[in-house]
Amino acid sequence: MKMNNFGYLMKEGVRSIFSHGLMSFASVCVTVACLIIVGSFSILMYNLNIMVEDLNQTNEVICYVDSVYTDAEAKSVHSRINMIDNVFQANYVSREEALKNFVADHDNDAAFQGVDPQDLRHRIVVVLEDNSRMEETVALLEEVEGVAMIDAEFELAEGFTTISNVLGVVSTGIIAILLIVSLLIISNTVKLAMYDRKNEIAIMKMVGATNGFIRFPFMVQGFFLGIIGAGLAFGAEWLLYDALVTNIHEVDALGLFNFVPFVDLLVPMVVTFSAAGLFVGIFGSISAIRKFMDV
Amino acid sequence: MIQFTDVTKSYTEGNTALNGVSLQIEDGEFVFLVGPSGSGKSTIMKIITGELKPTSGQVHVNGYNLERMRKRDIPFMRRTLGVVFQDFRLINKMTVYDNVAYAMRVIGAREAEIKERVPYVMDLVGLTGKERRHPNEMSGGEQQRLAIARALVNNPSTIIADEPTGNLDPARSFELMTLLQEINNLGTTVLVVTHEKELVERFDKRVIAIDEGVVISDGMDGYYRYENE
Ligand SMILES: Nc1ncnc2c1ncn2[C@@H]1O[C@H](COP(=O)(O)OP(=O)(O)O)[C@@H](O)[C@H]1O
Ligand SMILES: [Mg+2]
Repeated sequence: MKMNNFGYLMKEGVRSIFSHGLMSFASVCVTVACLIIVGSFSILMYNLNIMVEDLNQTNEVICYVDSVYTDAEAKSVHSRINMIDNVFQANYVSREEALKNFVADHDNDAAFQGVDPQDLRHRIVVVLEDNSRMEETVALLEEVEGVAMIDAEFELAEGFTTISNVLGVVSTGIIAILLIVSLLIISNTVKLAMYDRKNEIAIMKMVGATNGFIRFPFMVQGFFLGIIGAGLAFGAEWLLYDALVTNIHEVDALGLFNFVPFVDLLVPMVVTFSAAGLFVGIFGSISAIRKFMDV
Repeated sequence: MIQFTDVTKSYTEGNTALNGVSLQIEDGEFVFLVGPSGSGKSTIMKIITGELKPTSGQVHVNGYNLERMRKRDIPFMRRTLGVVFQDFRLINKMTVYDNVAYAMRVIGAREAEIKERVPYVMDLVGLTGKERRHPNEMSGGEQQRLAIARALVNNPSTIIADEPTGNLDPARSFELMTLLQEINNLGTTVLVVTHEKELVERFDKRVIAIDEGVVISDGMDGYYRYENE
């Protein structure tokens, strides 16, 4: 294809958006609807996953320091623990603090007033980066000199890991199905709309047009329709999500649900929506006219 | 050069449109292809443009072996031809001007060339002033002339026209044949399908007559048989 006609082909592409207004409208609507459905589901799943992970991280591993260790020695154990892989956060709690917390947790019950802090141990409260690797990390923690005993809730960690794995598989599966269904709907819409251009394409082929020459305006058209669809879907998604989060926060006085603000998702959302819109727009148009060009 | 060697074409099992057609048209020739309705004339034209594939036999068009040619070469083979289709094949969504200009854009012509050449061929076929119309707003005769303008616009080495005078009055038909003869005199190969006996007789050209998918006569004397007349 000689580029003498680049301007003409661009213009044709843009013009056909308007000259086939109804078809453009239909494909944009379908694109927007599909993107919003897939997008909303993905964001919800993402939030759910984060909530499960947050919950999981409340499951701490407690390392009790050997009772003969002094405060200073115990602190060196703390710094060694900090160096271990998969340790996200390690808080040193001296026996005095531990006792204070314990008494406070029991409504300052007088029964505990006489307890000597020396009966307790210094401890290091560890939050793991990834609780699914708890067993392997606990094994490393046990190796640390000065750690006398470890208290870890393996079952709980396993339970959370299972939930988040299941959630991951289920949501990936559903998103994949939604994506495939969306692509089918969109490509059928475009195909239907392209059908009345079948004759036109056959004539173009008969006067010697290459497939590339015929395809180009359709790609331009698909590009703009895809971008418009992605833009509209993105705006709608933002509004919907913000409305949803605001409403949930109003009801959820206990702060059980912690949604990621949309602005934090801006970059990935812009990237995926435009990529999906462009993909669907350009490849939708091309695949819709492909079989008409075989003349 | 257009060369058919023992070409057969069956649309469906048992329905044979061409039954062993062999013919050769040299560069620069002017040939009439005549025969009654349903004899296979349009089938021959459609095989030349690559729109139909022969069931058997060999076809060569302007250096392309249609059987062996790669798919992506088809457009380039078609550009050696200026085709006037029996059913015109105009794009109703485009203006009259753009229908002709499109054929030039396809081959990568510059807009400046297009602006010069299109009005020239419009004038040649007598459609000046109707450029902004759409084909479906024109009479059959005007559409036919538009189809002819499009076939001429790229100065193809070969022009093939399937009943190009079917919708024209006798004066216009004669005028068109004269135009095609002039174009032929400049070196362009011309193949015209027609069943207008008077017209063929007024031009002393080679005539290939076919009937029921078989060539029944081929000669310079303008002789042909019309079984249906
Ligand atoms: N698309 C088609 N499908 C089936 N039969 C066809 C088709 N086109 C033409 N034919 C048949 O092939 C024969 C030749 O047709 P055609 O080449 O159009 O004849 P002509 O142009 O000489 O009138 C006719 O019998 C016609 O009915
Ligand atoms: Mg015919």
